[in-house]
Amino acid sequence: MSQPSQSGAPTLAAPLPNSWYMVRALGGVGILCSLLIVLTFQATLPIITRNKAEALEQAIFKVLPGATQKAAFAISGDGQLSPFAGEPEGERLIFVGYDESGALVGVALEAVGQGFQEAIRILYGYAPDRQVVVGMEVLESRETPGLGDKIMKDANFLANFVALDVTLNAGGNGLENPVVAVKFGQKKNPWEVDGITGATISSKAVADIIRTSSEEILPILAGQLEKLQKVE
Amino acid sequence: MSSGNPTTGAMDTDIFLKGLWRENPVFVQVLGMCPVLAVSNTAMNALAMGLAATFVLVMSSTLVSSLRNFIPKQVRIATFILIIATFVTIVDFLIQAISLEVHKSLGAFIALIVVNCIILGRAEAFASKKSIGQSIMDALGMGIGFTFALLCLGIVREVLGNGTLFDVALFGPSFQGWSIAVLPAGGFFTLGAWLLFFSAMKARKARRAAAQ
Repeated sequence: MSQPSQSGAPTLAAPLPNSWYMVRALGGVGILCSLLIVLTFQATLPIITRNKAEALEQAIFKVLPGATQKAAFAISGDGQLSPFAGEPEGERLIFVGYDESGALVGVALEAVGQGFQEAIRILYGYAPDRQVVVGMEVLESRETPGLGDKIMKDANFLANFVALDVTLNAGGNGLENPVVAVKFGQKKNPWEVDGITGATISSKAVADIIRTSSEEILPILAGQLEKLQKVE
Repeated sequence: MSSGNPTTGAMDTDIFLKGLWRENPVFVQVLGMCPVLAVSNTAMNALAMGLAATFVLVMSSTLVSSLRNFIPKQVRIATFILIIATFVTIVDFLIQAISLEVHKSLGAFIALIVVNCIILGRAEAFASKKSIGQSIMDALGMGIGFTFALLCLGIVREVLGNGTLFDVALFGPSFQGWSIAVLPAGGFFTLGAWLLFFSAMKARKARRAAAQ
């Protein structure tokens, strides 16, 4: 009877010094790794922020063809627009594009919605004079490479957003014809978005994002267009 | 082992070269298939993914090798994963700083380098047992071998599917892409074709050696 307990004792005692080594190894590597991550994060943060700002600026001029200058406006909680300058800190911003002569070309609006994998963040251009969407650019997405990411570069799909109808209804509180995605090649009306074969969910997601965002924000813009005119 | 520099030098070169060709992680070991099939749809994606994985491989092998006497074997896998995940996070920040475009097109696959079995495999099979210099050589060889394999697939798929190479159009505007090549199924076909090519070459070499 005493035999197993004697042979068992060393195996029970043996892990004790070992566990300190394990804690030391995991703790030490953990601290080292967190240090490395924090250092890289700190070092790259200003560059990444600048890259993102540049990408946003390029996107603004891309979704508003003809615009050469821009100005930012903030939307307050009660839906009032006011000119905005400086570094954005959580404000809801819209960007207004003007042509050479200072005439209003359109408004670039940022919108987010659920894609196939994660949220898709897009920027779309809205021309108030014709009440159409004149451009769309994907700012951020994690859609499947080769399939869902076609929403970024598929020429047929992007052609949907050259003159997509988003006319306000008579009551001024929603769209006359809500933007809707249809199967590829079945677009008949100016408010329909031709989907992409093999990227049905992603292309539908973009149409949904534009519909939700425009139904909310276009009524706000409609009453305050004169505020967006260029102040000389 | 203890002999002069020439021998160690030759051995290090051998360690480096085996990853490139004889033990190529993709074509010979057939490891890390998830990123190989997923992001090899264009040559640019393949190159970026290959370089990112090489960076993670070299850095984590260096760290694993230098800490190899400090890590008890009971917790080695957890420690390796921690180290690999750290360098993947770092490479994610670096790619965002270098080019948001590339970051956008690689999407979720950068984060998935963590579970690339080539990297954990090299940490476990090589770096945890060998010196730092040899581990770096091994990691570089495997990394470049992986990049080479990804490029082989990426070039074929981009040319067939889009008619472009590194976004430069090759065949003029009337070219109709063979779009299956850039879809996942095309990844399997292309990989299969390359594996066939390499085993045919190997068989021919064996036949010639037997004939002599």
